[in-house]
Amino acid sequence: MPGPGGPGGRPSKGHAKPKNTKQTFIRLIGYLGRSKALLAAVFLFVAISSVAGITGTYFLKGITDNILLPLIGSELTKETLMPLAKTLIKLACIYLLGVAASYSYSRIMLQVSQKTLNIIRKDLFNHMQDLPIKFFDTHTHGELMSRYTNDVDTLRECISQSFVQLVSSAVTVIGTFSMMLYLSPILTALVILVLVVAFGVIRFLGSRSAKYFRAQQKCVGEVNGYVEEFIEGQKIVKVFCHEDKAKADFKTLNENLRHAATNANTYASILMPIMGNLSYINYAAVATVGSALIVALPAGSFFAITVGTLVSFLTYTRQFFQPITQISQQFNNILVALAGAERIFEIIDTPAEEDDGYVTLVNAKKLPDGSIAECSERTGIWAWKHPHHDGTLTYTEWKGDVRFHDVTFSYDGKKDVLKNVSLYAMPGQKIAFVGSTGAGKTTITNLINRFYDVDHGKITYDGINIKKIKKSELRRSMAMVLQDTHLFTGTVRDNIAYGRLDATDEEIVAAAKLANADSFITRLPDGYNTMITGDGANLSQGQRQLLAIARAAVADPPVLILDEATSSIDTRTERLIEKGMDKLMEGRTVFVIAHRLSTVRNSDAIMVLEHGEIIERGNHDDLIAQQGKYYQLYTGQFELD
Amino acid sequence: MIKLFARETKGYRLASILSPLLILVEVLMEVQIPLTMATMVDEGIIGGAGMPFILNAGLKMICMATISLLSGAGAARFAAKAGMGFGANIREAVFGKIQDFSFANIDKFSTPSLITRMTTDVNTVQMAYTMIIRIFVRAPLMFAMAFYYSIKINSRLALIFAVAAPIIVAFVIFMGTLAMPRFKRMLSKVDALNSSVQENLIGMRVIKAFVRATHEKEKFKISNDDLKNASIAAEKLLIIANPFMQLAVYCCIIAVLWFGGKLVIGGTMETGELTAFITYVNQILMSLMMISMIFVMAVMSRASLMRVVEVLKETPEISDADADPSLKVENGDIDMENVCFKYKKTGKKNVINNINLHIKSGETIGIIGGTGSAKTTLVQMIPRLYDVTEGVVKVGGRPVSDYTLKNLRDSVAMVLQVNLLFSGTIEDNLRWGNPDATTEEIENACKVAQAHEFITSFPDGYQTDLGQGGVNLSGGQKQRLCIARALLKSPKVLILDDSTSAVDTATDAKIREGFKRRHGDITTIIVAQRISSVEHADKIIVLDDGEINAVGTHEELLGTNEIYTEVYKSQQEGSVA
Repeated sequence: MPGPGGPGGRPSKGHAKPKNTKQTFIRLIGYLGRSKALLAAVFLFVAISSVAGITGTYFLKGITDNILLPLIGSELTKETLMPLAKTLIKLACIYLLGVAASYSYSRIMLQVSQKTLNIIRKDLFNHMQDLPIKFFDTHTHGELMSRYTNDVDTLRECISQSFVQLVSSAVTVIGTFSMMLYLSPILTALVILVLVVAFGVIRFLGSRSAKYFRAQQKCVGEVNGYVEEFIEGQKIVKVFCHEDKAKADFKTLNENLRHAATNANTYASILMPIMGNLSYINYAAVATVGSALIVALPAGSFFAITVGTLVSFLTYTRQFFQPITQISQQFNNILVALAGAERIFEIIDTPAEEDDGYVTLVNAKKLPDGSIAECSERTGIWAWKHPHHDGTLTYTEWKGDVRFHDVTFSYDGKKDVLKNVSLYAMPGQKIAFVGSTGAGKTTITNLINRFYDVDHGKITYDGINIKKIKKSELRRSMAMVLQDTHLFTGTVRDNIAYGRLDATDEEIVAAAKLANADSFITRLPDGYNTMITGDGANLSQGQRQLLAIARAAVADPPVLILDEATSSIDTRTERLIEKGMDKLMEGRTVFVIAHRLSTVRNSDAIMVLEHGEIIERGNHDDLIAQQGKYYQLYTGQFELD
Repeated sequence: MIKLFARETKGYRLASILSPLLILVEVLMEVQIPLTMATMVDEGIIGGAGMPFILNAGLKMICMATISLLSGAGAARFAAKAGMGFGANIREAVFGKIQDFSFANIDKFSTPSLITRMTTDVNTVQMAYTMIIRIFVRAPLMFAMAFYYSIKINSRLALIFAVAAPIIVAFVIFMGTLAMPRFKRMLSKVDALNSSVQENLIGMRVIKAFVRATHEKEKFKISNDDLKNASIAAEKLLIIANPFMQLAVYCCIIAVLWFGGKLVIGGTMETGELTAFITYVNQILMSLMMISMIFVMAVMSRASLMRVVEVLKETPEISDADADPSLKVENGDIDMENVCFKYKKTGKKNVINNINLHIKSGETIGIIGGTGSAKTTLVQMIPRLYDVTEGVVKVGGRPVSDYTLKNLRDSVAMVLQVNLLFSGTIEDNLRWGNPDATTEEIENACKVAQAHEFITSFPDGYQTDLGQGGVNLSGGQKQRLCIARALLKSPKVLILDDSTSAVDTATDAKIREGFKRRHGDITTIIVAQRISSVEHADKIIVLDDGEINAVGTHEELLGTNEIYTEVYKSQQEGSVA
């Protein structure tokens, strides 16, 4: 496709850090909030599971203190073992509850997160369908694809893991802390002391790790970009013997990545052993101080503790540090995910293609008096239904008369691509545009079907300003065959029916015959049911072109736009499809863009465009007689000197 | 395969060994700590050994924790160094390998597949290696040590693990094998979703032109829901792992408490030992879990591993093996003698069949023929982008395999059909042809290629940044830059493979005129679809289905050669007669 003449540039790379953390977070929660009841259940089960874990640990104290210690030395009879058995059964129940709760929240959360991702993907895709063409000009496919792959992926991890972990860690921390406080305030004070140190470590490592993590993301982007660019262009690298230079450049980028990744990974994975062992140091300190308390203080005094209390407390000490480490680890994940969510929302927030048209296309019939009336059945006659402010309706017969009135347009608001272009195409006429690349040929067709709107002047369609026509109706009334014939995954039949979804089998075959495509289709292994994959990679260029023509034929519109429709096929193949093209063009208003002048010779009018202006117009013979630019171009093909 | 990877640990072997060693120290400490604690409680508190003993034990624990902390941190650092270093080495090796690939090798793998291998797959391998260094040592070690100490505390109580361990291992492996096909299905659904989005993006203009947004939304809903359901089906299994592990730990704890409790009451075990034992329960089961998980992960990352190995093991089809490095291309003579070619050795039909051709230095040759007549294939054998299957291609009077690829390709410049520019400035791109070119040489080349005018019309001129793939340029402008880039090599032979298709006829003519005027001594081969591009050539070769249909000048061919005449007429009279 000849580009619109310039917009584009380097795709903006995603940032690892969200810009507006709070709003994005609230919005994400809003998505999760669509399953409020389920989410509440998750909260409940997470809480149950955490509380069960803490209570279980508390039971250990009871077992050593109240059951085992007093019984030491006694006979192992049924009676003596009864209390132990009873307590263990209770413990087992608590544990079982915990396990059941933890399975339940995992299962529900899976449902919630997958549903949320499903909705986010749906919103993203559906909104993308409504975005104007301009959006796709300024965003590369790779950039948009990474919304679906990278960004949704990080979100998945965040929603399904971080959320649950945060809740469960918070519950565990609070629960454990209260239990420790309840068991021994003085030992708790000691734990807090170590905790302060731990927080210092987390802060230090966290900021370091965030810094290196960003550096790593940047390097990954650079390396992947380089890999993509150079492997894509590998054949050129070979033709220019650029292999050694490529290797050397890659080595530099790769080395940067290695350096950044080593640091990022170090800081990320060093947290675990440091926190884990801090908790051991804490453990040792608590054990020492605790034992000292037991030995030094007589039982019953205020700070006195029992052996069982110490044992439980020690277990809590271990339990206490784990969730804190986890929270600090989740934090980074959440930031990355929020950055991804922000990029997704950015697209969802991009204003959709505006459409304030109100004129629609309806089935119509001609009344005996020559006027037009709407009807529900398909008559082959169509009319523009034009509602007015005073509530009246007028019907205009659909003919295919397109006029440009002093149209000026620019893609970027700076450089005019079209300047004061005026032209008319009567129903059934074939109008051709000729000119060098960037002269504005494609722009004209982009304006007719309102991929873009004119800046000044107006375009009328059967006398109606196209801005008043609903975009969907406008586009439905014309068919395009582009240089790059995009086909979709599906059968040959599906692809032809893309022109009109409700087309019958007979209509599809008729369209294929019209386009001269029927003969090759029937020779395919499964005929019309042959699957087309990968944009029609299993078909030849000429065959794909024929299908695109059949697709336009089945739509059966009065206006046809052929944008370099045959330029990528060789002239011999073109001859094979020209009959189809001729039939298709019969009785329609046709706009043709081609740089092969032979293709446009027999047009009713040929417009020669240069720098956005029509510099010559007329039919072939007129233009040749004028001996102007067209004459030069035309003769230039055969006389070089 | 192991040898292949062992080679890539180069430079990081010390780190790869140090890390597990430090982990060994860390685990040793980590396992001893609960034991020290047990003696502290049992002998210091209950046994009445008193404060000195307790202080002593506490200090010992703090020392051990500090050692453990330091070695743990060190292990993390070394593991990161080793893992990332290994990853970087692999990446470099794969990239370097791809640089050595011939066109045939690239075609075999396809470009997108090579990109995935270089990014996603190498990452997976790197992650697996880091994991292995860190966990593959840690988990079995932890298991062995904890098991040893638990036996030391009470060998009979340790029998509990004999029951628990096989169940856990069996469970994880069972789940792994059960989950694997579901994850594969999920991944294929991810692929399906991605390709449907990709297709949607590519066809956006068609979709808009036919007003099919609603239709596309419905189609997307299907793949979106498919993915959701497949994800749930796969992860449904995965989420059982965690609760199951909890259950196993809890069961063991209760069993330990019951049997251990009886021992404590009976006086053969102490409470501190019981607490220590419970800690070991955790350590043992966790390490078992990790070992099994690693097993599952290894199986899952195997696919990526194989894909990377495939690239590394591929032998470049074309090499300098038979070349004489001192040999330079003397002139632009080209000879093809009985040349046959097929892309796949196993292919039945030759793409190029028995071609004999003699081109003299300085001649301009046009090649014309329909789609699929093997025009591109034929010219690609001159700079040895592909090797002939049979026969011989000579440049400067010597077989192309006598020259090193560098010497050959420096003398035979080719502008490819699908041409790319790289990110950087226009000048950067032009310098690909000749890094040492003077400004004057660059400008001259651009003038001949009719690129100078549009380049100087940009505000930054030759310093204009192109962005990736030269997105700011029109097709014709790109082609002209590519021609200038090739001209800068000052080649003996210049091959233009349909390189002016997007350039209008007048400019096309000017370019050819420039060639004649300034580079008359260069052998020029022009592959084209337009008759006008070749009609003034010294010789025109008409190719049909891999064979030479006719050779001659425009005048000779016109009227006598059916294909040539037909093409000429179609272009002259217009396609719509």
